[in-house]
Amino acid sequence: MGEGIRDELTEQIINDLTIQAATVNGSGSQTANLVLTRAIFHMGIPVAPKNVFPSNIEGLPTWYQLRVTPEGHMARSDKVDILVAFNVATWREDLKTVRRGGVVIHEEAFSTADVRSDVVYYPVPFAKLAKSKIQSDTLRKQLANMIYVGVVGGLLGIPWEALEHAVRRQFLSKPKAVQVNLDAIKIGLDHWQDNFSKQDPYRLEPMTGAVDGRVLVEGNQAAAIGALMGGVTVVAWYPITPSSSLCENLIAYADRFRIDPKTGERRISVVQAEDELAAVGMAIGAGWAGARAMTSTSGPGISLMAEFAGLAYYAEVPVVIFDIQRIGPSTGLPTRTSQADVGFAFTLSHGDTKHIVLLPGTVEECYEFARDAFDHADRFQTPVFVLSDLDLGMNLWMTPEFKYPDKPFDRGKVLSKADLERLAGDWGRYRDVDGDGVPYRTLPGTDHPAAGYFTRGSGHDEFARYTESAEVYQQNMDRLALKLETARAALPSPVVDETARSAVGLIAFGSTHAAVVEARESLAAANRPVDYLRLRALPLASEVVEFVSRHERVYVVEQNRDGQVYDLVRLAVPAHLVDRVKSIRHYNGQPIPAAAITQPLLESEAVPA
Amino acid sequence: MSATLNRIGLPRDAYKGAATTLCAGCGHNSITNHLIKALYELGIEPHRLAKMSGIGCSSKTPAYFVEAAHGFNGVHGRMPALTTGAQLANRQLIMLGVSGDGDTASIGLGQFMHMIRRNIDCTYIIEDNGTYGLTKGQFSATADLGSVQKKGAVNTFQPIDPCAVALTLGCSFVARSFSGDGKQVVPLIKAAIAHRGTAVLDIISPCVTFNDHDGSTKSYSWVKDHEESIADVSFIPFYEEVHVDYEPGTIRDVELHDGSHILLKKLGEDHDPSDRRGAMHVLEEGRSAGHLVTGLLYLDTTMEDFATTEHIPERPLKDLGEDELRLTPDQFASFISEFA
Repeated sequence: MGEGIRDELTEQIINDLTIQAATVNGSGSQTANLVLTRAIFHMGIPVAPKNVFPSNIEGLPTWYQLRVTPEGHMARSDKVDILVAFNVATWREDLKTVRRGGVVIHEEAFSTADVRSDVVYYPVPFAKLAKSKIQSDTLRKQLANMIYVGVVGGLLGIPWEALEHAVRRQFLSKPKAVQVNLDAIKIGLDHWQDNFSKQDPYRLEPMTGAVDGRVLVEGNQAAAIGALMGGVTVVAWYPITPSSSLCENLIAYADRFRIDPKTGERRISVVQAEDELAAVGMAIGAGWAGARAMTSTSGPGISLMAEFAGLAYYAEVPVVIFDIQRIGPSTGLPTRTSQADVGFAFTLSHGDTKHIVLLPGTVEECYEFARDAFDHADRFQTPVFVLSDLDLGMNLWMTPEFKYPDKPFDRGKVLSKADLERLAGDWGRYRDVDGDGVPYRTLPGTDHPAAGYFTRGSGHDEFARYTESAEVYQQNMDRLALKLETARAALPSPVVDETARSAVGLIAFGSTHAAVVEARESLAAANRPVDYLRLRALPLASEVVEFVSRHERVYVVEQNRDGQVYDLVRLAVPAHLVDRVKSIRHYNGQPIPAAAITQPLLESEAVPA
Repeated sequence: MSATLNRIGLPRDAYKGAATTLCAGCGHNSITNHLIKALYELGIEPHRLAKMSGIGCSSKTPAYFVEAAHGFNGVHGRMPALTTGAQLANRQLIMLGVSGDGDTASIGLGQFMHMIRRNIDCTYIIEDNGTYGLTKGQFSATADLGSVQKKGAVNTFQPIDPCAVALTLGCSFVARSFSGDGKQVVPLIKAAIAHRGTAVLDIISPCVTFNDHDGSTKSYSWVKDHEESIADVSFIPFYEEVHVDYEPGTIRDVELHDGSHILLKKLGEDHDPSDRRGAMHVLEEGRSAGHLVTGLLYLDTTMEDFATTEHIPERPLKDLGEDELRLTPDQFASFISEFA
């Protein structure tokens, strides 16, 4: 404790703090982090965890940020209040991240020569405690992390009941592990009580009402639940971070809910494909044959799927493609988040190709959009991309419990045998009967002589016959454009909040939402309120142009370098509005914090001196 | 005069498709005719047939037979993926893939191999001419070492033999034939369709425009001179009784999944089609002797296909409704509460 700091610590800071645990990948630290998260959540306090992990199996540094706020802010914080320093390799750098007056819990053995004097230190002999008090040689490394949970529990006043609940919840499927983990936590708690007196202002107190009806779900879990409820029957995938957990969770849920207990039938077919080309090809083949089919991938996989995406667009085959975005280009940073596939996915494939892209901004929308994506794909007979990202997909988020679907599947325009009999076979696969650009299709296996047609990615007429006719080609492409126009109006519309009645507006999408919510609160508090339009799908809804026309300056906030959606918005608005559109970009791979919006916005909005 | 009808009451014309746009004399056109004959004689219901293909001359041919059937002409080399998905989506479909040597052995080699590895229930016909026709005569990966291009260039690479690849991977049905040998191709197609699992049928099919000259090992004259059939093949469908007069020890009779039989009459050295190593040996012996070995090389009727192993419903998945796919409201509420 440095001189002078103690005087600043007169007030207690309750339920408003950020814990950062700096640990070693593969050491079991994630389990400890999750137990701490669940314990605090169990106290009724909003939590927002972010896991920053390396592309590595074991040994490289990893960080877990657990943000706690009474308001329920869910964006990443750029200030660390409490550091748990468990990794000697990053100890000195980690120490720099702690705010003045903050807390540092560290392994006692770490060198403390020349360390900062403006923070509070609690040195704990984690290694010695583990060695002397944990009997099992095999579990010692894993359980050592759990000791820190006990120390933090003591420091912040987390009730034992909450810790116990969290451990039981974490080890639902491994009840035998509960007691050893509780014992390890107790070692940390006892050490705190026996050796330290509180020197810092941070405390946690149970809250009521703040997290009622909320659950903690990862975006990829939510999307898997959505796919299940959306009636997916064929899943073809190839493992890639950060999308793997979507299919892995889906497989686990399908094992519980999609096996007929009487017959043993699996009412879902899952194939781990040999690569992403095969994965999307299988999904398209299944979609063509009438299944609700999907694949899930990330940037490199999306690149490989480009050719097939064009086939499905042009031959008009429904398929759902999840892209859990990570940092590119190329292999990039495989375990860091981004929103940099959005422009590519929208026009994926050569030629004039455009796709439906859904942009969930919350885990609740990960569930809903995943579920409804199958309806959109069937309705519009085209690929539907669901663009999530690593931050949304792989972190736990507080969310209201998901709602049970209130409508049946929409299988779109499919002609049955009876329909064909009624039409006396007068039917063309690519004929626009309804004037909405969406033709009627038949499914393979339909027992009518007129049902069959030859699906192809080469030029075709209304009856799916091969043609190189210039006129027919152009008419078909115009119909596909009309079909996307029809889709535009049916996709989730933007969420517009103009209660600030400001001349300034923000446009954002996806996981950036959490930072925008917080940025707007702090801007309003600073007397600079801003309006907000949250984009939820591509092609852009007409509301976007209207929003720009109602504001003098509109900032498009996104997590990519090139302002990909900023470009789309500028293209969409009439020429006289183009200069109103500004851009705020965050692209270092870390989830965007609110300050990454407020700072550039305030700088840009500052009246010149 | 009324046309002769097959067992489901359809004339042979019901198995025809659009007029071919391939070159006159193309081996692929003969294979199309063999397919029409086989499908007509088997009495395949057109609506149950799914004709799958990739890109190339061969992949155009599904348009030229069974017009009433559904077909999918996909992207280059990726027919196996589309076929896998479609087959899992609807096990009632009879999957018939038609591919070429470029499609199968070059761009699509990986998908070809993985389809075999999964034993997807499908007939996979390779119309193999050792050359790229649509792009005007480049070598494909099945061209033999030393084979000469029309313009004189010599192939300096070892060929990829799709049958050897399939055998190595444990493919459950491997056969080779020649487009000009309808007597052999037709029963092999029928057997491949009756077989449940991936049936690879590599049919040498000369390209009259680019690869039918002296110096090619995929020309009509070379194949006619060098073809060596390992056994006479005949096929008895499940709806007919097997009654063939033969001397004991001269015929092998293998029963297929649907109760059909394939009869193999010994020609030269005896080859047991259940002997995978023996099949490799026959291929290798033929290669070193400069022969084209044709016939049924390997057959395993015990291996389960992918959909069976995975317990996929026999019903088409498109027919599963909300009640079979969604959790009930109670199940859902209880499931979501686990995340508290």
